[in-house]
Amino acid sequence: MGMGLRMTRNRRRLLANMLARGAMWLMACIALLPLSLLLIYTVANGLPALTHLEFFTNVERPVGIPGAGVAHAFVGTVIMVGVASLMAIPVGVVSGIQLVEYGTGRLGDLVRLACDVLVGIPSIVIGLFIFSLLVAPFHSHSALSASAALAVLMLPVVVRTTESAVALVPGALREAGLALGLPRWRVGLQLILPAAVPGVVTGALLAVARAAGETAPLLFTAFGNRFMNFDPTKAMAALPLIVFHDALTPYPDLVQTAWGAALVLIVLTLLVNVASRVALRRQISLAAKL
Amino acid sequence: MAVAQQAGLRATIRPRDGFRTVTTVVSLVAPLVLVAIVLVVGSSALPAIRHFGADFLTSRAWNPVKEHFGALPFIYGTLVTSFLALAMALPVGIGVAIFLAEQSAARVRGAIGVGVELLAAIPSVVYGIWGLYVLAPWLLVHVSRPLAERFGAIPILAGPARQTNLLIASIVLAVMVLPTLSSISRDVIKAVPGGMREASVALGATWWETMSQVVLPAARAGIFGAAVLALGRALGETIAVTMVIGNRVDIPSSLLFPAYTLASAIANEFNEATGTLYPAALIELGLVLMLVTLTVNVLALLLVRSVSREARV
Repeated sequence: MGMGLRMTRNRRRLLANMLARGAMWLMACIALLPLSLLLIYTVANGLPALTHLEFFTNVERPVGIPGAGVAHAFVGTVIMVGVASLMAIPVGVVSGIQLVEYGTGRLGDLVRLACDVLVGIPSIVIGLFIFSLLVAPFHSHSALSASAALAVLMLPVVVRTTESAVALVPGALREAGLALGLPRWRVGLQLILPAAVPGVVTGALLAVARAAGETAPLLFTAFGNRFMNFDPTKAMAALPLIVFHDALTPYPDLVQTAWGAALVLIVLTLLVNVASRVALRRQISLAAKL
Repeated sequence: MAVAQQAGLRATIRPRDGFRTVTTVVSLVAPLVLVAIVLVVGSSALPAIRHFGADFLTSRAWNPVKEHFGALPFIYGTLVTSFLALAMALPVGIGVAIFLAEQSAARVRGAIGVGVELLAAIPSVVYGIWGLYVLAPWLLVHVSRPLAERFGAIPILAGPARQTNLLIASIVLAVMVLPTLSSISRDVIKAVPGGMREASVALGATWWETMSQVVLPAARAGIFGAAVLALGRALGETIAVTMVIGNRVDIPSSLLFPAYTLASAIANEFNEATGTLYPAALIELGLVLMLVTLTVNVLALLLVRSVSREARV
């Protein structure tokens, strides 16, 4: 009888095990559901807008007039993210190198903590910060202020990914350089950094993808613009702003434009993301070779 | 004395390192920006802080014409959506984390891992437009209305259900925080020493017994940290929530009613805010939001760090 009891108990344990495994698979499938639905519907709703070539060459048109495009927003996103990258990436890369080369002390911990905290600050708050700092004093919305806001978002990402990429470079390389009598700056910039380039590129691309998709920090800085504008001291359009503003209007053709812009945005960010993955793989194989 | 001597010795051994000085100065940009954010946002909110004092946090009034401002409806909306999102995302996120840490079939694991990471790459505004035009109408017909009809007597499910409401905002947020939750939990579960697992299996425990009684308890603090980090993300999420929550200044008891959050109030109203008190009140909403997320994030960082430190030993 004791034997039988143990048998049923073991059967129950195995059953629980199977149920738990099943639940794990179920959760994994549930997690993929929203991604597939999101991609399917964005492609289905956005593609009709993209079939007209004017979508990529024209600017917005008044409601009811066909041929509306998002060229101005595309240009705006490229300019603002480009300028933001110029601000954030050099500072971030140098900070990342510093953290590996000298950042063992309390100062290094402070910088790391600041970056981790900075990543968590809501992007809308960064928009308010830049508004108070760079928009209100000049009484004008500007693409430059938007770039500054995006740079604040990008900086911690670049710092931390550069740090982990540089940390992957074997110490022997550094020691070899120092043993040959190279000064620290040449070891850092000409020996360590080149060996970490793919990893640094990974981080930079992730930061660019994050910045290109952000809407909240642009609302009070770039503001948006219905016309083509190349002047960084004036208000400028951006793809996420088009999606946000046009999606909330009651006009079907504007909503169509919003879906089209959303599709372009998704394709852009996914492309940059895939590129960052390729760069990451390269870093890992490079580090293995060194 | 001894310290001074040691410092002097170090200076003679180590040549002057200009690279160190320059890079150190550059690396201070991040902490300085952080301090600047706190100071600038704090000082911009000062007119509202002076005018309303502590009442700002407890008042339900939001009347731009009479310049009566209170943050309570927004705090309510932010907390309800964030915690509800976390409650929905937690089982799925932990399930995915276990899957990614334990599943041996590399190809399946890779596909799910990439899929979840891509969720993090999708811009917030795309979640917003999808939530607004795809998810919201479907939820209204298939979930919200039936819920309100059948369980309308329960206050949190009272009808009539609206298309944009607290529930859909929470669902969208749950999807958005899933990657944070699962990727950090996966790392924490993986950091549990293999010896513990092996010991448990050697004693005859099934896979699930090992997971639930050995691995997950060991990873508990780290998973809690991941959850708190995800909460921080949910609290600060702006655009997607703004597009699906309905944007009504109210403290509804029903999840099927529209509401408002701190971040979406700023996003919607700041560009139209005139005078000094109205924008300052909105910035004070931002200040409240920032202080809450800062606290939550620092707590999460400490939790995750304590676990990875334990695992290293």
